Amino acid sequence: MMNYLIILAGAMMIIAAVFAVEAKKILDAVIAMSVVSLVSVFLFIAMRAPDVAITEASVGAGLVTAVFLVSLFKMKGGDEQ
Amino acid sequence: MRRFYAILIAAALVYMLISFISTVPSYGKADLKERVSDAFLSKSVNAQNTKAWMEGKAIHRQPAKEIYGKKVKEEGSANVVTSIVVNYRSFDTLGEVTVLFTAALGVGLILGGSRRKQYGREANFVLKTSTGILVPLIIMFGAYIFVHGHLTPGGGFPGGTIIAMASLLLYLSDEKFFLSKASTGALEGSMGGTYVIIGLLGLAIGGYFLYNFLPNGVVGNLVSAGIVPLVYVAIGLKVGAELSGLVTDLHSEKEG
Repeated sequence: MMNYLIILAGAMMIIAAVFAVEAKKILDAVIAMSVVSLVSVFLFIAMRAPDVAITEASVGAGLVTAVFLVSLFKMKGGDEQ
Repeated sequence: MRRFYAILIAAALVYMLISFISTVPSYGKADLKERVSDAFLSKSVNAQNTKAWMEGKAIHRQPAKEIYGKKVKEEGSANVVTSIVVNYRSFDTLGEVTVLFTAALGVGLILGGSRRKQYGREANFVLKTSTGILVPLIIMFGAYIFVHGHLTPGGGFPGGTIIAMASLLLYLSDEKFFLSKASTGALEGSMGGTYVIIGLLGLAIGGYFLYNFLPNGVVGNLVSAGIVPLVYVAIGLKVGAELSGLVTDLHSEKEG
């Protein structure tokens, strides 16, 4: 059961990563990258590395996504002016 | 079709969340023997029947606190990862803190300003109300993560980041909220200084920079593992203030 879950998580990570590269809009790419981090958190939990999982959840899925989104909106605001 | 895919992905994520989290032992039920050896828990690596002590058969003698004439540094911390990060690789952690400081300094130089940037839109009701409920809980959770860094998974960096997420939530929900540079800078500087002072105290007392000079206590107690909790409180507050300052830089603009 656990093995199938890990394979499912890995497949989702690969799909999200490919989508992040191929996406037309940068916003979609940022969200897909956040999904990669989020699923890797589950994988870290499965691999009994809760320390890394907590760091990945707060930094990878939280702060980095927030910083990317804010800088993306800042860039868009600069383009309009 | 888009909606179908969205529901599918969300369902897969929730299913994974539930099934992966259910493999984690519940609070207070973690089997320490799975993570560390019996000798580590009974705090004697030299001469003691550790297996009998774990089963409650042998009397716990005062352990000999030495391996090859050296103090056993990792014996006080229930979380072995923390013990290695703070006892053996503390200088490395000091370097990481410096790297983060440099990165935040760069962001501040490029984006920083003295005024809150106005987006001219009100946050919606759900975000505003839930922020009021969530922010104290998030800050408490972040503080828990770094205060209990030597007992449960976590530590200074994730705890500080979680606190910074709370300030990000406040920035998103309130157009007028603004952390002054003076407050975050003062907290960050004083806590970074505290870390170095703890290191220098170790140099003065034990002969090594960042030497663990305090008694180790009992494995599993809140006050144990020597300087590890002190260092993690310092790192947690420093990283929290630093990343809050970074979020402030992102949401501020220059005068005029």
